[in-house]
Amino acid sequence: MNFQEIILRLQNYWSKQGCIIQQPYDVEKGAGTMNPATFLRSLGPEPWQVSYVEPSRRPTDGRYGENPNRLQHYYQYQVILKPSPDNVIDLYLDSLRDLGIEPDKHDIRLVEDNWESPTLGAWGLGWEIWLDGMEITQFTYFQQCGGFDCYPVCAEITYGLERIAMYIQNRESVFDIEWVDGINYADVHHQAEVDYSRYNFELADVSSLTTMFNLCEQEALNIANRHLPQPAYDYVLKCSHLFNLLDARGTISVTERTGYIARVRNLARLVAGEYLEQRKNLGYPLLKDEELRKSLLSEEEVR
Amino acid sequence: MARDLILEIGVEEIPSVYMNKAIADLKTIAIQKLSDARLSYKGIESFGSPRRLTLLVEQLEEQQPDAVIANRGPKKSIAFDPEGKPSKAGLGFARSQKVDFKDLEVREVGGIEYIFVIKKEQGNASTAILPGIMQDIIHGLSFPKSMRWGYYHTRFARPIRWLLALFGNDKVALQIENIASGCYTYGHRFLSRGPLEVKNPRDYFRVLKENYVILNQEERKELIRQQVADAAANAGGRPMEDDDLLEEVNYLLEYPTAFYGSFSSSYLEVPPEVLTTTMIEHQRYFPVFDSSGKLMPGFIGVRNGTDHSLDVVRAGNERVLKARLEDALFFWKEDIRKPLEDMVQGLGDVLFHERLGSIMDKVERLKNLALYIGQVCGLSDEKTLKRAAHLCKADLLSNMVYEFPELQGIMGRYYALNQGESPEVSEAICEHYLPRFAGDRLPASGSGKVLSLAEKIDNLVGFFAIGIKPSGSQDPYALRRQAMGMVNMILDSGLNLNLASLAGTAYDNYAAVKADSSREDTVAEVVEFIVQRMRGVLLERGFSYDLIDAALAVPSYDITEVYGRITALQELRQSDIFEDYMVVYNRCHNLSKKWEDDTVNADILVDESEINLHRSFSLIKYDVYRSINRRDYLAACKMLADLRPQVDEFFNAVMVMVEDEELKAARLGLLKSIANLCNFIADFSAIVA
Repeated sequence: MNFQEIILRLQNYWSKQGCIIQQPYDVEKGAGTMNPATFLRSLGPEPWQVSYVEPSRRPTDGRYGENPNRLQHYYQYQVILKPSPDNVIDLYLDSLRDLGIEPDKHDIRLVEDNWESPTLGAWGLGWEIWLDGMEITQFTYFQQCGGFDCYPVCAEITYGLERIAMYIQNRESVFDIEWVDGINYADVHHQAEVDYSRYNFELADVSSLTTMFNLCEQEALNIANRHLPQPAYDYVLKCSHLFNLLDARGTISVTERTGYIARVRNLARLVAGEYLEQRKNLGYPLLKDEELRKSLLSEEEVR
Repeated sequence: MARDLILEIGVEEIPSVYMNKAIADLKTIAIQKLSDARLSYKGIESFGSPRRLTLLVEQLEEQQPDAVIANRGPKKSIAFDPEGKPSKAGLGFARSQKVDFKDLEVREVGGIEYIFVIKKEQGNASTAILPGIMQDIIHGLSFPKSMRWGYYHTRFARPIRWLLALFGNDKVALQIENIASGCYTYGHRFLSRGPLEVKNPRDYFRVLKENYVILNQEERKELIRQQVADAAANAGGRPMEDDDLLEEVNYLLEYPTAFYGSFSSSYLEVPPEVLTTTMIEHQRYFPVFDSSGKLMPGFIGVRNGTDHSLDVVRAGNERVLKARLEDALFFWKEDIRKPLEDMVQGLGDVLFHERLGSIMDKVERLKNLALYIGQVCGLSDEKTLKRAAHLCKADLLSNMVYEFPELQGIMGRYYALNQGESPEVSEAICEHYLPRFAGDRLPASGSGKVLSLAEKIDNLVGFFAIGIKPSGSQDPYALRRQAMGMVNMILDSGLNLNLASLAGTAYDNYAAVKADSSREDTVAEVVEFIVQRMRGVLLERGFSYDLIDAALAVPSYDITEVYGRITALQELRQSDIFEDYMVVYNRCHNLSKKWEDDTVNADILVDESEINLHRSFSLIKYDVYRSINRRDYLAACKMLADLRPQVDEFFNAVMVMVEDEELKAARLGLLKSIANLCNFIADFSAIVA
């Protein structure tokens, strides 16, 4: 099964489970969780089922294309099921079967992993899912997002696509993954990995990045105060990525680090609050249970 | 009549670290709730695996006994008005208890009369009250971190997915959120399909066994231990013994099958600690050693399942480990190419604490402190200490320690040896972090001890100076553990260190830091903190608290000196002179404790007994001082204990509290001076005879 088929199979599988198949979000981000289809939609009472591929960037993980397991740009396959269904783990295991991974022929474990994102003011409890000793998926029940309690709670399933592909194709290097017949992962991404590593670690201009961070922060604040949560959130994502770049340049001291993280978290909270407000004003249109919708809306009026 | 009761809480995989406590709590809470409900039973046990927590109550009574319940109301004097009629308070109590006032009784409690309502409570059938009890038990469980799921508000370690509750052959109906209890369980996640019907509590264990769940955690653990040992033996080795790892593996699976996997021996070039850390921390494998104690190029993994397709599982695990070891080998090769000196240069950019400067600043302080301690204690030499202190933090900038922070110091030692540093310097680099946890080994080398003491006093004084002190459960920098480490090191090596001078020197090293607390206050607080840890250490070593308090009442900055006095007290207490000593002390002390002046005007003593006592005391006094100075405390005590006949004779013969003030003063002065000398090594009034 080539890389592309893995993605197509997952999309097909989750589409059948009733998920919207969204496309990757067009702003740089560190993980699929930061896509507004997860970060914003996990907030508030409305149900939401979505899945999508997410190209993710972690500048500090770059290795100039020399390490067989580490990349500064890689792919996640993200699923959000809100509220978390009772059979969510069975649904996940069936998705593995669909990829040809028969759980009873392997050793599949759910090992405690508590996820926390200080920049997003978010945390949840769940597991790393191991396939014969290798972590292939992160599974999280969101408890808080942007500093707000998640209710209902959603289940987030994040597949590490390269790892799964390496396992299925029996490859020892990520660059050897077959993308389609005759084209491998290296053909698609290797030179960019080398170039980005060089840029991230050596060339990114610290003073420009710092200026950009400050500008984006200001823009996020201004737009959030005009009650436009998603446009504001774009600039929160930009801040987060700029911070990651500065971090990769090794110019941020421990103290400054805490400061930057707090600044991004404050923006994330602000946007999360604006988003919640907006959905309420819209009358929670995705809430099909009319009684619940009315009771939530009236409850909040009383408050 | 009685029947067995079974309750199974079916959950998604609970974190392994929660399990031991959860299993114990389940039983404790059940015992409490059943006793509150007056239900008796023959036996009670709890079990657990990642997907279930199970309570078994054997031979639980079917009927709750009747009970007489006495509820106390207000005092009689309040319940009745002065005319003897029911007061407002009395009537109110009756109303709240839903009885007529005339049905209340007066009973005496502790000499006071109260009104009581005596109610007979009819016992219920167990089947009627069990649902409530079991629901309470489930809600009574708590976890280090708990969560909500779906649309529900209940919190649990992970979502509850089914409940099985049977009392004999009957279902017990309870409900947690959308989950109603029934007579169904689930087997192994992958080796069993669908819900499984259970007829009764006995049947439950059979059903699980047939469906690849070994429920009893002790049985499962033994099985894993045996399988791991066998797998290692088959490969010609023995597994590393690690109870924490065994415990964790035990709660990661329901049906264990151990297997041996191997890796290329080329990775053995990497220090063994790196390999074992990778295997244990990242993969939960058991490392394997050969008969000579050398790490073998293999590992034992434990699969959650049978040996079906075990080769696939083994191959997968080998590949994962290979990728990790490849990383480790890469880090090792990168790190040993770089001289430690290069890493030291980078320490200026690594923060120790935002208010206490960089690690480089710390290294400079450690050099000063190590030289000071080495000199005072006569340990190691200047050259070794300077070099070891200079290099001791360098490995923080190595790739390996970045990846495996728990290997700090251990890697430093390898890098030092690799670049030709002396064994003493290399060992000190490793040992300066010891002890890393309660019960860890102490530094063995002289330089290691010195550098470890320097590291710890620098941390204590630095953090105390900026107001970061442990309080309650808050001790983010593990200062308690570090102070205890200091105490253990000082006592075990018999070092004579003045803690006040040591802390003062450490404080002076922080001259560049803006402290919140003055030198005097910081030193006093740090010394007191260490002395308090000493108290704990000595209690742990079996000394009784009164001896410790007695010795600590004579203050000293040298805890080895204090320790000498405590051991002497212990010996004294066990010796046959103890009684005499305490008689001498107590008789003299009791009368003179409010008397301050210990001068004796010997010329006015009149009775033969007091002249005799004074003479005997004067004769031994200087010998006692000399013995104390030699720290031969027992000899000193012996001389004082030998005064007993003269002391007894004195008290038989004279009245101390006479009207002649001068004579009284002389007698009290004599007693006071004897009591004071007795208290030279400890405050004997603190000792419980």
